[in-house]
Amino acid sequence: MSTAPSTGQAPRREADPPGSVLARVRRVDPRQYVVYVAFLLILAFFAVTLHDDGFLTSDNLLNIARQTAPVTVMAVGMVFVLSAGEIDLSVGSIVALAALVTAIVLRDVGLVPAVAAGLGVGAAVGLVNGLFVTLLRLPSFLVTLATMGLVAGLARWTTDLEAVAVVNDTFASVFGSGDVGPIPSLVVWTIAIVALGHVVYRHRRFGAHVLAVGDNAQAARVTGIDVNRVRLAVLVISGTAAGLAGLLYVGRIQAASYTLGANDLLIVIAAVVIGGTRLFGGAGSVVGALVGSLIMGMLTNGLILMGLDSNQQMVAQGVLLLIAISLTLREPKGA
Amino acid sequence: MAELSTAPGTPLVRLAGVGKRFGAVVALRSVDLDVHAGEIVALVGDNGAGKSTLLKIIAGVHPPSHGEILLDGEPVRMATPSDARAHGIEVVYQDLALADNQPVYMNLFLGRELVSGPLRRLDRARMAAETAELLKELDIRIPSPRVPIRALSGGQRQGVAIARATHWGERLILMDEPTAALGVQETARVEDTILRMKERGKAILIVSHSLDQVFRLADRICVLRRGEQVGVRETAQTDGDEIVAMITGLR
Ligand SMILES: Nc1ncnc2c1ncn2[C@@H]1O[C@H](COP(=O)(O)OP(=O)(O)OP(=O)(O)O)[C@@H](O)[C@H]1O
Ligand SMILES: [Mg+2]
Repeated sequence: MSTAPSTGQAPRREADPPGSVLARVRRVDPRQYVVYVAFLLILAFFAVTLHDDGFLTSDNLLNIARQTAPVTVMAVGMVFVLSAGEIDLSVGSIVALAALVTAIVLRDVGLVPAVAAGLGVGAAVGLVNGLFVTLLRLPSFLVTLATMGLVAGLARWTTDLEAVAVVNDTFASVFGSGDVGPIPSLVVWTIAIVALGHVVYRHRRFGAHVLAVGDNAQAARVTGIDVNRVRLAVLVISGTAAGLAGLLYVGRIQAASYTLGANDLLIVIAAVVIGGTRLFGGAGSVVGALVGSLIMGMLTNGLILMGLDSNQQMVAQGVLLLIAISLTLREPKGA
Repeated sequence: MAELSTAPGTPLVRLAGVGKRFGAVVALRSVDLDVHAGEIVALVGDNGAGKSTLLKIIAGVHPPSHGEILLDGEPVRMATPSDARAHGIEVVYQDLALADNQPVYMNLFLGRELVSGPLRRLDRARMAAETAELLKELDIRIPSPRVPIRALSGGQRQGVAIARATHWGERLILMDEPTAALGVQETARVEDTILRMKERGKAILIVSHSLDQVFRLADRICVLRRGEQVGVRETAQTDGDEIVAMITGLR
């Protein structure tokens, strides 16, 4: 750290004591850790109550990890969006359209164009969202509410509600059923996207600008940050992440249908918010969102193993979500 | 007088007929004002007189509706806050302009974050260290540069905003009621800081509602009333009564 040739100024000091591990631990806001404690508690609860149903088998745990991959990828994008003080309601619809477009291009053209098309659909919808938000100064809540419906309509229209099967082993392996060594490719995608998101969020100037814009856009603007560029960027990131989530669904299920992603929006937002990201911008955590996503996945999996039907699952998920949100989102008294 | 940009008499900043309209509202009619290096000019006037608007025009927040800004005799266009910052102009805003949930050091370096290494990783440790050093220099006491702004008192926040402006403001520092939220001791300390900036040859344009403070600090006083420039007085050649009369328009 004593040499920093890439920056104009010479460092005045070595890494200082406030950066030490001890100081870091003392600085920790306990509320940020609720999500990790909750994760362990839920894990322990299911491990005991569902012991005979094989909850804690490595097969089942890997299954959870694979099933949560698309939600985790979307959650990483959503951390950026919420941190910037925006929201993206269109992610679930993007999953369906990106999945269908990918499956069609894969069938009719080829692998690489299919991947590009799926990601491109996500990026394009994100760009449209971002342009409406920045050029017309509309709230992202309303813009993405509109594109959520619009894109869902497009997805139904593309194939007239028909599902499209995928018969391409390479695609299925890379985006779904394959492994890298002992690790399922879906888990590799999860780790890669979370790592990338974390680095950009915590260790790049862009991440700091996202947080500043979400915290106080006026303050960000007067310090020279291009607020609109940041808003546009987070919505494109989120759209692209949703496109990738679509690819991961197609890879795992080996088919695309307009119903993919239909129930994901709420789960993504829940995962992100439980993971410690402020709903109103200015604070958040990518790693927290991963843990939030795993919690949501564990709940779904555990409730199925408990024998709850899908109606009962919805009720149980709602109750647990309320509990989780109450624990994590409670603003401190007097704040 | 303005043709030789290096002449000692050339003001650091010259406003020539600067005005601002917000739709039908005329916030500022036409202001002519010079501020020289090493000079403190006070901007006074009642609420809504246009003081903040004038500062924001110089800071690149609002483009002027008409008129010119000259820096060292050269006309400049201040289209964005970044332009003003690039010219060495910094502002302490009335509404503070701090990001509450971000740490103190990040607020000090906002928009100019330090990075290190070939990957241009944010250098949080160095930003925190430099912040601690700077605040110590200015005698601004906060628990740690890593606490978020929302954990600070009003006076401490003001201190952070002032530290940011004095740290980055190479040439001109604009201050909008910098001591409005401060106690007696803190106010004295800020005034001390302002005088030290003046000694270092920086130009300072300060908005204040405290005439006592204005007379303690300023070399000249510019009075605005309802967007109109009423006049500019040398502090040494005027008194509170005259300034009050100019502010209120009553004799
Ligand atoms: N962004 C804006 N849009 C429309 N009108 C504005 C805007 N900013 C300021 N004004 C108007 O311009 C006038 C001058 O406002 P300004 O904030 O400059 O006053 P001020 O002298 O700083 O007052 P105070 O002492 O209360 O801070 C006011 O009538 C105000 O309503
Ligand atoms: Mg004002």
